[in-house]
Amino acid sequence: MSVELIIFFFLSALLITCSLLVIFQRNAIHSALALVAALFIVAILFLTLNAPMLAVLQILVYAGAIMVIFLFVIMLLSPGTPERGRPLWWGFGSLAAALLALEFFAFFLPSQVTKGQGMGAQVAEGFGSPKMLAESLFTDFVLPFEIASILLLVAIIGTVVLAKREF
Amino acid sequence: MIIELSIIVAKVVLVLFMVLNLAGIMGWFERKGSALIQNRIGANRASVFGFAGLGLVNTLLADPIKFLTKEDFIPPGGDKALHTLAPCLALFPALVTFAVIPFGDVLIIGQRVINLQVANINVGILYIFAFASLGVYGIVIGAWASNNKFSLLGGVRGAAQMISYEIAMGLSVIGILMIYETLELQAIVRGQGALLWGWLPAWGVVLQPIAFFLFFTAAVAEAKRIPFDLPEAESELAAGFHTEYSGGKFLMFFIAEFAEMVTAAALITTLFFGGWQVPYLISDGFHFPGGGTLLLPHLAVVFLQVGAFTFKVFFFAWLFILLRWTLPRFRYDQVMRLGWKMLLPLAFVNLMVTAVVIVALGT
Repeated sequence: MSVELIIFFFLSALLITCSLLVIFQRNAIHSALALVAALFIVAILFLTLNAPMLAVLQILVYAGAIMVIFLFVIMLLSPGTPERGRPLWWGFGSLAAALLALEFFAFFLPSQVTKGQGMGAQVAEGFGSPKMLAESLFTDFVLPFEIASILLLVAIIGTVVLAKREF
Repeated sequence: MIIELSIIVAKVVLVLFMVLNLAGIMGWFERKGSALIQNRIGANRASVFGFAGLGLVNTLLADPIKFLTKEDFIPPGGDKALHTLAPCLALFPALVTFAVIPFGDVLIIGQRVINLQVANINVGILYIFAFASLGVYGIVIGAWASNNKFSLLGGVRGAAQMISYEIAMGLSVIGILMIYETLELQAIVRGQGALLWGWLPAWGVVLQPIAFFLFFTAAVAEAKRIPFDLPEAESELAAGFHTEYSGGKFLMFFIAEFAEMVTAAALITTLFFGGWQVPYLISDGFHFPGGGTLLLPHLAVVFLQVGAFTFKVFFFAWLFILLRWTLPRFRYDQVMRLGWKMLLPLAFVNLMVTAVVIVALGT
């Protein structure tokens, strides 16, 4: 039982708890905050996997910007009263959950487990550092990078046009 | 293994102790300083055995005791859990950000070289931006959980302001990252020890003066200090997002504001004013450009460096306080215009000019 394994189990237990809280809370804001906590724990899991850049980006972008937008939408446009549960949804939900669980356990059949050698893949020195990320982003993947930034630009321009005041 | 762990724990305890104490002392500076600026005496009634210490006893002993023993009030209709959670969410980023700020060079004890920084992660400054972006939650949740329209207004304004100025803050730092060619804060501070033309320390403010002003403005806005204190505009919104807070929770918001101020001052010091660097001091003593040297023992050098860092942080925190009691508050639309139409384009221009100069000089 190495220290890494104990930390991993502890973090995973916390993460599963937060994820369950997201689904089962009545109040939408509590759900959103549980999701923030879950994303934060995922970032810490990235840290344990030796990817500090990804961890920091996860907190910066996902937990720090996207979830703030979620929270604002829920706060300012919330329905007010929590909805009643519907029996049809429970049925479909249980079916979907059963299918996902089946797929999850099928992944852990003996033939699949022996394919992965050891506890982790071999990575180069400096893996996960900003330098390596930048090198691959600006040499191998520069076209997808530029296309993604144009996509973001289109979204920003669309937002400005939609939210413009008529003078 | 145990020794390394205990060294890390010692550094964490030291840094937390330092931040919380600096936050408390800044609270005293604020009260006494504001009193002197406004030509009054300030709080001086509480005293211990007749020693009132310029209001020190009042601010640092009497006030915390008062805050902690006040009734804890959750507004009816407010969300109980979130009302209690919000001050913790506000305090957490302010304290945790200090983990990557270097407060000294290295401390050599026997064979062991201890880097005077709690965590030297390779994404250095991005860590700080990540936790600054988490600072929005404290305000928003605190405002929401109070079930009070004034609080909600203050919270929404505060969130919009903080999100806008995070961008300007990040962009203004990229020039510094380009010049010192690293993201790690300790490496940036070490890079500021170089001498330009033999006599000028290559501090960030010398190489990137515009970025310094942009970052300073954005940091004041992030810390929600006057002139950017829309979220708590006292004359407009009662007390903004912390209207419905009393007692220990208000104390947490209060300490969170001063801790944020101290962290912002430490960041400005680290990026633009050489961090722990004393001009002409290297690891074995002073080496003046004229040729004179003054050799010093290692502990004296470490002491001077940590002292220089603390002095610079004090100076910038004092500057924040001076700014608060001098300038009037911005209007909301003025704040937004400043952030998006003035700081952001200036940051871009600074970035381009820096890039052109770096390529032209070939360094």
